[in-house]
Amino acid sequence: MTYLYAAYAATWLIHIAYLGWMAMRYRRLQREIPQLRKDR
Amino acid sequence: MTSLPAITQATLAKDLRLEWRSKDAINSMLFFALLVVVIFSFSFNPTAEESRQIAGGLVWVAFLFAAVVALNQTWARELRNQVLDAYRVSPAPANALFLAKAIGNFLFVSVLEALMTPLFIVFYTLRALGPAWQLIPVAMLGTWALVVNGTFFAAMSIRTRSREIMLPLLLFPISIPALLAMVEGTSAILTGEAAAKFWIVLLAVYDLVFTTVSLLLFETILHAE
Amino acid sequence: MKRLFPIFGVLTLILLSFALYEALIGAPTEQTMGEVQRIFYYHVPSAWTAFLLFLINFGASVVYLIRRNPKADAVAAVTAEVGVIFCSVVLVTGPIWARPVWGIWWTWDMRLTLTLVLWLIYVSYLMLRRFSTSSQTPLIAAVLSVFGALDVPLVYFSIWYFRTQHPSPVIGRGGSLDPRMWHVLLINWAAFLCFAFLVCWSRYRLERLQREVEETQALEALLEQRGVR
Repeated sequence: MTYLYAAYAATWLIHIAYLGWMAMRYRRLQREIPQLRKDR
Repeated sequence: MTSLPAITQATLAKDLRLEWRSKDAINSMLFFALLVVVIFSFSFNPTAEESRQIAGGLVWVAFLFAAVVALNQTWARELRNQVLDAYRVSPAPANALFLAKAIGNFLFVSVLEALMTPLFIVFYTLRALGPAWQLIPVAMLGTWALVVNGTFFAAMSIRTRSREIMLPLLLFPISIPALLAMVEGTSAILTGEAAAKFWIVLLAVYDLVFTTVSLLLFETILHAE
Repeated sequence: MKRLFPIFGVLTLILLSFALYEALIGAPTEQTMGEVQRIFYYHVPSAWTAFLLFLINFGASVVYLIRRNPKADAVAAVTAEVGVIFCSVVLVTGPIWARPVWGIWWTWDMRLTLTLVLWLIYVSYLMLRRFSTSSQTPLIAAVLSVFGALDVPLVYFSIWYFRTQHPSPVIGRGGSLDPRMWHVLLINWAAFLCFAFLVCWSRYRLERLQREVEETQALEALLEQRGVR
């Protein structure tokens, strides 16, 4: 029975981890853009 | 001379001559494969019965690693001397270069296999219970499968960081059907428990498909560096 | 276009929640395997979604090989990555399902093995994209995608024959499926497809932004070198 919940939890853990990684990259890019605007 | 066979032959002859003089590739491959055989024989202490079951896998793992050593140096000489740039601007067909390299690698690895096989037979007391002659098509088709994709992926890996790691990383997943066929076919012949025919046909189809696509796409890769 | 995203996001969330309810409670309990069988409703749709994403990757790669369209390359990069994520889900849920049912963690089940090989091929694809120093990385990646696609039928047949020689448990339905189970399966697949679409969309926007920033940075560096700045 715990196997069932483990499987569902693992699924969403993987998806949320990926979404989190995307969000982190997005934030890093957002930080770089004002830098570029300044240089220009 | 701009015809495909003529240039292939010339390039191949040049590579073989260079290799014969230095014996770089063949020595390193040979020593590497020997090390693998010895280490494996420490890890397993099989009886003749068991060894027939596992020998297929062991032998092909050893040959695979040795083939990677050969494949990694495929383009090294060309890179060092800017030969690829010269090739790109010459009217010579790119496929001639690819075929010459692939056939050269095939010969090197085949020589290695021929030298290693007696060693394996000795270390594992191997005797084929099935039709032993079928080992020849398995070995030839299997080696070509590794070499044709390996030469192509070696060219793709030229402009990458960690070039030597990139080649096996790209080669192994794509080679899985061929590796499965080689190992299963060899085991089938050694144990005599099954027919290797399906695996031989699969290897032939694999070789046909990937030789064709490599020849079609090599020019694209050559110009992409 | 951008305003559609939150609306679609909320709809997908609702669909996913409903699908989860159906999978855990709505669907009938399987006779032989019991409750554990419900993993099926996450395992199978993830596999189908992953395969679909890889198919799109192949299509985008072919388009790139013919037209050298950078948008096609971005689509290829995105679908490869999201496809690997869904593949990972399949490879994790499969063993978790196999263990209580068959007592073993791994089995050379057709779907599971195919997923493993595709996972390996596409991880190597992603590594090629990351480690390539060539200016023509998209082209080389597209070629690898073609090789991978041609490999798939060969992988399929080799595993199929291997299984006839070495019989192995089948993860999933042995025979036909109860229509109510089909219903829940399809709902979950629809939910995951919508979710995958959203993830790809976000990833695509991120990819385009990343490329724009890199191009601008390259341009700035060039101009600086020329002494314009």
